[in-house]
Amino acid sequence: MSTDPASKALGNVPREKAFYFFTSVGNYTGMSAASLKEFMDRVNDVNAKSLEFHLLRGDFEKWVEDVLQDKDLAYEIKRLQRFNLLGDALRNQLRAVVSRRYTRLAAQGSSLHS
Amino acid sequence: MKFKNNAVSLDDVDLKILQALQEDSRQTFTALGESLGLAHSTVYDRIRRMEEQKVIKNYTALVDAERIGLKTITAMVTVYTEPKETERVAEKLAESPEVLEVYTSLSEELLIIAKIVAASQESLHDFIANSIAPLPGVLRIRTSIVTKKLKETLFSINNGSKGLRL
Repeated sequence: MSTDPASKALGNVPREKAFYFFTSVGNYTGMSAASLKEFMDRVNDVNAKSLEFHLLRGDFEKWVEDVLQDKDLAYEIKRLQRFNLLGDALRNQLRAVVSRRYTRLAAQGSSLHS
Repeated sequence: MKFKNNAVSLDDVDLKILQALQEDSRQTFTALGESLGLAHSTVYDRIRRMEEQKVIKNYTALVDAERIGLKTITAMVTVYTEPKETERVAEKLAESPEVLEVYTSLSEELLIIAKIVAASQESLHDFIANSIAPLPGVLRIRTSIVTKKLKETLFSINNGSKGLRL
C-alpha cells in the first residue's frame, strides 16, 4: 500500500473504520462514509443535525486525522467549530473545506503517479 | 392457570413452591416445607425435578448497582435491519456483555430491540457507533436513554393468579 498522504486520504477504509453518521447519542442515520469522497457526498445528503452533532463532539476531525491520516484537513475542520455554524450554513462550509481538500489531494495524487 | 401443550406439567404444589422460591430462593427445604405444610423431602424432590426440567433456570442475586457506587446508564435501542440480516445482527448483539436483553420483533418492519447498559453516554455512543452500526445489514438505529426506572422484575408465577393469561 502506498504511503503518500494523498493515497491514504483518498483510499477506502475497511467497514469497521468508516464514519457512521448519528443525529444524537445512539441515533444512527443509516449513512456512512468509507472514503473522503464518500464523506464529501454524505455531507451533502445527511441531516444537518448530524453535522452539528459530530462537529461539536470533534468526531469529524478525529476520524479524518486517525483514519484518513490527514492532519491538515482535520485542522481545517476543527477550525469550523469556532464559527458556531448551524444547519445549511454548516453544511456549506464543511462541504467547501472537504471539497477543496479533496480536489487538492486528487491533483497531488495524479501528479505523483504521472 | 393454563399452560401450552408442550410445556412441563406442574401441579398446585409445584406452583406454591415456585412462588415461595421467587419470594426468597435462599429458604431451606425445611423452612419451605413448614410454610407450605409439606415434608421437606417432598420439597426437595419437587425442586430437584423442576431444576432438571429447567423450569427453574437458576438462582441469582439481583445487585443494586447504585448501592455499590456503580453509575450506569441504560438505553433501549431499536435496530432496523435488512430482513435477511436480522437474526445474524441479533445474535451478534447477544454476544456483547453490554447488551442485557435482545428481542426481535415484527411490527411494521422487522427490527431488533435491545437493552444496553453503559458507564456513560459517551461509552454508550461508542459502543453503538463501533459495534452495532458497522454490522452488515444495519439500516438505522434509534436509541432511548432511560431516565427513570419505575419497575424491573422477572416473570413471577404469582402473575397467574393476578389475571395474566398463560
